[in-house]
Amino acid sequence: MTAMAEPEVGRARVRKEDERLITGRTRWTDNIALPGMVHMALLRSPTAHARITAIDTSAAKEMSGVIAVYTGDDLDPGGEVGMPNAWPITPDQKTPRRPMLAQGTVNFAGEAVAAVIARSAAEAEDALAEIDVDYEDLPVVLGLDNAVADGAPLVHEDMGTNKSAEWIFDSAAAGSGGDVQQAMSSSDVVVTRRFRQQRLVPAFMEPRSVVVDPTAPQLTMWSATQVPHILKTMVAMTLGLPEHQVRVIAPDVGGGFGGKLAVTPEECAAVVVAQKLGKPVKWTESRSETMVSAHHGRDQMQDISISASRDGTITGLKVDLLADMGAYLGIVGGGVPVLGAFMFNAIYKIPAYRFSCTTVFTNTTLTDAYRGAGRPEATFAIERIMDELAAELGMDPMQLREKNWIKHDEFPYTTVSTLTYDSGNYEAATAKAMQLFDYDGLRREQAERRARGDRVQLGIGISTFTEMCGLAPSRVLGSLDYGAGGWEHAAIRMLPTGKVEVVTGASPHGQGHETAWSQIVADQLGVGFDDIEILHGDTQSSHKGLDTYGSRSLAVGGIAVVKAAEKVIAKARKVAAHLMEASEDDLEFADGKFTVRGTDTSTAIQDVALAVFAAHDLPEGVEPTLDSEAVYDPENFSFPHGTHLCAAEVDTDTGQVRLRSYVSVDDIGKVINPLIVEGQMHGGLAQGIAQALYEEAVYDEFGTLTSGTFADYLVPSAMDLPSFTTDRTETAATSNPLGVKGVGEAGTIASTPAVVNAVVDAVRHHGVDDIEMPLSPMRVWRAVHKGDTAAGGPGAEAGGGLGSIDSAHGGAQ
Amino acid sequence: MIPAPFDYVAPSTVDEAVRALADAGEDAKVLAGGQSLLPVLRMRLAAPTTVVDLGKIGELKGVRDEGDAVVIGAMTTHYDVQRDPLVHDHALLLARATDTVADPQVRHRGTFGGSLAHADPAGDLLAPALALDAEMVIQGTGGRRTVSAAEFFQDFFTTSLAPEDILVEARVPKHTGWTAHYEKFNRVAQAWSMVAVAATVRAEGGTIAEARIGLTNMASIPVRATAVEQALVGRSADAETIRAAAEHAAEGTSPTVDGNADVEYRQHLAKVLTGRAVEAAMAG
Ligand SMILES: Cc1cc2nc3c(=O)[nH]c(=O)nc-3n(C[C@H](O)[C@H](O)[C@H](O)COP(=O)(O)OP(=O)(O)OC[C@H]3O[C@@H](n4cnc5c(N)ncnc54)[C@H](O)[C@@H]3O)c2cc1C
Repeated sequence: MTAMAEPEVGRARVRKEDERLITGRTRWTDNIALPGMVHMALLRSPTAHARITAIDTSAAKEMSGVIAVYTGDDLDPGGEVGMPNAWPITPDQKTPRRPMLAQGTVNFAGEAVAAVIARSAAEAEDALAEIDVDYEDLPVVLGLDNAVADGAPLVHEDMGTNKSAEWIFDSAAAGSGGDVQQAMSSSDVVVTRRFRQQRLVPAFMEPRSVVVDPTAPQLTMWSATQVPHILKTMVAMTLGLPEHQVRVIAPDVGGGFGGKLAVTPEECAAVVVAQKLGKPVKWTESRSETMVSAHHGRDQMQDISISASRDGTITGLKVDLLADMGAYLGIVGGGVPVLGAFMFNAIYKIPAYRFSCTTVFTNTTLTDAYRGAGRPEATFAIERIMDELAAELGMDPMQLREKNWIKHDEFPYTTVSTLTYDSGNYEAATAKAMQLFDYDGLRREQAERRARGDRVQLGIGISTFTEMCGLAPSRVLGSLDYGAGGWEHAAIRMLPTGKVEVVTGASPHGQGHETAWSQIVADQLGVGFDDIEILHGDTQSSHKGLDTYGSRSLAVGGIAVVKAAEKVIAKARKVAAHLMEASEDDLEFADGKFTVRGTDTSTAIQDVALAVFAAHDLPEGVEPTLDSEAVYDPENFSFPHGTHLCAAEVDTDTGQVRLRSYVSVDDIGKVINPLIVEGQMHGGLAQGIAQALYEEAVYDEFGTLTSGTFADYLVPSAMDLPSFTTDRTETAATSNPLGVKGVGEAGTIASTPAVVNAVVDAVRHHGVDDIEMPLSPMRVWRAVHKGDTAAGGPGAEAGGGLGSIDSAHGGAQ
Repeated sequence: MIPAPFDYVAPSTVDEAVRALADAGEDAKVLAGGQSLLPVLRMRLAAPTTVVDLGKIGELKGVRDEGDAVVIGAMTTHYDVQRDPLVHDHALLLARATDTVADPQVRHRGTFGGSLAHADPAGDLLAPALALDAEMVIQGTGGRRTVSAAEFFQDFFTTSLAPEDILVEARVPKHTGWTAHYEKFNRVAQAWSMVAVAATVRAEGGTIAEARIGLTNMASIPVRATAVEQALVGRSADAETIRAAAEHAAEGTSPTVDGNADVEYRQHLAKVLTGRAVEAAMAG
């Protein structure tokens, strides 16, 4: 017997896709050039709310290279096409029609109004300036409180309200807990806060791009999308195309973070234009367009109350949200805050819970899923208010958490919001994090700095988070009126030469599926890592799938791959037994070989594949193929958790925050590739920290996005971040055969409250109990010196550099 | 993000460049490193009919010694300024400030002259140029002339350069043996200054013999903190003297308001940062 090969799962393999992604020697949508291809450029509304009284395209049509100019009415004369909203959160949700190009009114600055088609992208852009649009200004609705105020002007006049829907969960009604009003009125302590989740920009690296080729009966669409399968079905439904005549390809895609989880007006317009002209059409946006027209994330106002007895036992939790949808509902826009509803109770045993959420329209860019989608918002609010409750009770914030969290021997545990957490060990993750962080040592230093009245104060922030990953089971999604199931598909093709093609319905856009899936299949089939190719993102080769979002790829799609591999082995076993003239029951399968138990006789799976290809000698009734398919629908979500600890230094003279150390101990179950996990954690932490300290999409009072460039929308770089200490505990998920949970969003979800808690902790002795995000130096300084938590909000004007060029009208002299 | 069409010329001498500008009329634009101009063109905030690229004019590049001054060619990149021994020995403040400009890619392309000509009040090289009493050598259709930094910077993005003028070089009087520090404050590492303080001092024993202090982004143009300079000169450089002197830093400033800071906060920062800049400059 040879020794067992070292398993692939668990190896820190360098990602096989990285060379081509990093060098750019690959196919991005914008690299695609087809014979006869023409280019589309979009004219976007400069104003946030206006009636379009006239559009004159005649001069633009005369411009060099211009082939056509279309308005909304040209593309959709009947005014029938509306972008899909796949998650109506209530039966009476108000869902305004979102046209491909504005018809009648523009409802946010950046909404596309007309399309120029020209021979080159430059000519298309040149002609935009020649389109003459008459706008008649309408009152601009901005800000959640303003939008829901009595007598507020309306975004969509015909709807009669700015409220889209109200969604409520009440544990008393659900039977999962008590009545929150009662709980609160009989509690020793109630702490109430209003937290603002600022608006964020997903800031994926590759701008959106689409190419549509209508020259064959089956139309082909390339798009920089996270969701090629959803896009195919939705484009067919939205535009009334026969679905079998649509092929969608997501080639290599440069990031998404939820921002490419959409079916966009630009994609649909490109299809309609391509069909009208009978020519391939390309549209690639500029970064300036991304900022105003790709969907934004977050933007909620959270009113949260928590009640407890003096000893720190939580008795109730009440949450009332207003969620800014922007001008229309995106594909799952209304659902984002609803996803959060299940996460406010987090890792705690809370006996009574009520959640309400009102989704609201304003004259701004749409909001929709952004890394974490609902869960970061919920985690922020609960983890922030846990610190405030601890301060109110005079308890150590970690002790308060420990007192209330679900103990490791209490799993499976059904929460007050009705989810059943299959597994977890909050004690273990916390103990490891506390030790790596030197919690006690930092608390000592904090006390010393306070006593000395140091200019630089130290604060410690905690976030003990969990999240629901996998966006499945389908039956639960159905109960929430989500427009699709939550299964995932995989297929395996055994090639005659023994090589393997794996087809996945997940759609990577930077995550490293090709490496991770290869590692899984290598172990399952006992074939070499390099002998496996992962096919994805083309609905012609990967005909079935639900794509990548919500940390679902591994926990759902990865399991489908395992199931498909199991079917290959089952088929191969029959053939192997036949070839070796043994009984199936006497065969063992290990390291890619079927061995007759107790003998040296074996046959490799590659040999079986060749024999099946030849099909000369197969057992009776066996089809000549080992290929297999599987669709996996999990029985439960998966629930990664972790303990994140942040030490922040606050310069009280300037308000500047410097993160001194950051420790995360995450429990994401079984790890396929530690290097990929590390990458997801680092990026996730950076994004969550960015919400806490840096990023905000800001509108001025006219509804103009003033943070419209990366000079003003502050995405941090490595220089702004500490060296992270990332570690793990491993409590296998019990709901899937790999024991995996998902890691795509963990860092983003956990880190934001850890950072804000740390900063507030550093200056709490100055009377500060909250500072609004992002914690800019001015806000922190004001909070310390002026007792002002929200002031110093961004003004209407942009900062230095490009922004100031803009505001100085016309730039350099 | 595609610029409007324009004609492109790349002359090989300053004389030709000035002629090209004059020929092209009002709508011509000089291209140096392009780090500020190209975004403006791509966002179509400007649409010149002719772009005159200075990149092929050798005489605009490099640093030379001219007795009592160091002369820096307008087309010398930030990267070269940072590493130039003459700049280090005689105008250390400029080297220190240039270290904080943007990132390596931008520093390899962006030019000293481009930064001054662009005159972004948040740009980092204006205040050092002012503090060091630099003189700008300008060539236009009427020949060459020299203007002081104080006259050169006129308003937001506005200098005394006429449309057909080219900034040829800056003459920086030698500040040999002066120590210097550029204290830059911003929200993320790679960004323009919210506020910054350029300080250079000449110490004799423990006493401040001379001090020059310039403020970045505290008005539409760089500001010289003369009251601070006066409060420092002739004093011993102890913490209390520096603190008291720095209290004058906001005098005569009129900063803008933007998303990052209002007037009160910027003026507060100017004081705090001035104290830190002088302390660090004294420390060498
Ligand atoms: C990402 C990024 C970050 C940045 N961060 C900073 C920062 O932190 N601090 C900072 O100070 N700057 C920063 N900059 C700006 C950078 O320093 C630029 O290089 C500089 O502002 C302009 O120099 P340039 O050579 O690129 O000029 P260009 O962009 O080519 O020209 C700028 C303007 O000056 C005019 N001009 C240029 N040279 C001459 C000349 N010789 N005579 C007459 N007119 C001329 C041009 O016509 C144009 O109007 C940043 C730029 C970028 C892209």
